[in-house]
Amino acid sequence: MPDTAAPPVAAAPPASLTRRRLTKDSALPWITTPIVLAALVAVWEFYVVQFRVSPLIMPRPGAVWQAWVEMLQSPRAWHHTWMTVYATLTGFAYAVVIGVGLGVIIARVRWLEMTLNPFIVATQVIPKVALVPLFVLWFGFGITSKVIVAAVLAFFPILTNTAIGVKSVDEGHRDVMLSLNATRWQVFRRLELPSALPFILTGFEIGIVLAIIGAIVGEYLGGNAGLGHLLIARLNAFETADMFAVLIHMSILGFLFYFSIGALRKILVPWHASARLKV
Amino acid sequence: MADLAQPAIALRAIEKWYGTRDAPVHALAPTDLEVPEREFLVLLGPSGCGKTTMLRMIGGLIEPTAGELLIEGRGLWKAGQRQGEALSELGMVFQDANLFPWLTIEDNIALPLELKGWPRARRLARAHELMRLTGIAGFERRWPRELSGGMRQRAAIARALSYDPRILLMDEPFGALDAMTREAMNLELQRIWMETRKTVVLVTHSIAEAVFLADRIVLLSPRPGRVDMILPVPFPRPRAPDLQSTPEFQEIVRRLRRRLSEIS
Repeated sequence: MPDTAAPPVAAAPPASLTRRRLTKDSALPWITTPIVLAALVAVWEFYVVQFRVSPLIMPRPGAVWQAWVEMLQSPRAWHHTWMTVYATLTGFAYAVVIGVGLGVIIARVRWLEMTLNPFIVATQVIPKVALVPLFVLWFGFGITSKVIVAAVLAFFPILTNTAIGVKSVDEGHRDVMLSLNATRWQVFRRLELPSALPFILTGFEIGIVLAIIGAIVGEYLGGNAGLGHLLIARLNAFETADMFAVLIHMSILGFLFYFSIGALRKILVPWHASARLKV
Repeated sequence: MADLAQPAIALRAIEKWYGTRDAPVHALAPTDLEVPEREFLVLLGPSGCGKTTMLRMIGGLIEPTAGELLIEGRGLWKAGQRQGEALSELGMVFQDANLFPWLTIEDNIALPLELKGWPRARRLARAHELMRLTGIAGFERRWPRELSGGMRQRAAIARALSYDPRILLMDEPFGALDAMTREAMNLELQRIWMETRKTVVLVTHSIAEAVFLADRIVLLSPRPGRVDMILPVPFPRPRAPDLQSTPEFQEIVRRLRRRLSEIS
């Protein structure tokens, strides 16, 4: 019981104690993931070979791998990749600025929240993917319509999570700032923002995945660039192995985006439980 | 500079109403109270007696419905606005330590100084000084969640003392701690109080804690909250834990307990 000791109180435990256990925990997926992945590929190979599935329906893993390696060497494919990345990140950036900004405001201004809420919910319940043709009509077959679809999809979870985060600020913490005569800006900068940050990052995590979905769906329906376009083109050419390669490519991109947010979490909110919990 | 005859805190006909016109709650009837400089005053009473309301009004967290509140001779409220000069003489400690989980212990303690614009090196030096005073040196870079409840409360006391207010207001600061830690913290608080010579107003519902710590006990009774009696506690300082087993101590505890059961 350290509280009963006279000051100065006994030393804190060495930091290595907790760290070692954590490394052990986080090392586990690095072993299990390749094993499970290898098993899945083996099942796939077995199934295709055993039941003589047509390569048009389901190519063998080796063929897909080869197609993907070829894709990685193709400047055209990298161009499409870049277009998708650009549409995703730009759309996500708009969603972050508008979602966080509006979220902070509606969390603090009650009447504005009441006024805007029906419309915010409306933008959420409308199946936005169904609006993609409309965006194409309005913004053309170029990158703009993809950016907008990505932004529209990513916006809502960022907004709601930000608003919830700002509203969840502990009353006791508010009392502290009140007793310290903090200004409104100080309350925002030193209390509301850091307190809401874990929530906001959750919004980012959902938002970035939706942004990439938005960009790809946008590419499905219009234009001649991006991984979505590439996938449809390969499908139409019955190049199924190539299509699977594009699919793998998209998935890896999604993983990279998602884990970037996870890394951001470890940097921005190392104090929060969510930074220690993986996946 | 305030002269010594002037009370650190003065309540003049301070009154508090809560709720709506249809369902008003009289939290505190008009109350007069003076707390001299360097006194350790304890507000004691059953729940609903308005002790926390009174403390939060003194701390500027809620505005009195009527009456005048003077901190070191200066009005705390003017036209619905809290006065910064009076407020800067007040340090508050809450039942929960209310440390910010995203700040290390040293940054938590230095937070008030950061808000006042102190440069980082200077405010951390001050935080370290207070960590030695409150007995938590060595935990500077720890997160609040890594500390025990008692340790966190020490950090909260250090934070309240960081800008050297003349008055320390404590709202059941040890209410969430286990009995052993609580007793140790009472001793620590007495030591810190004797070293820093602050005026302390502490709210508790523990009779033994009140008698052990207080120069004077203000007993409050509920519905509406009002001062029932004011009891001086004559024991010399520093008080040792053994004091609690003396007949004199027990006698005061008995008196308070009897009165408390009458008014609750």
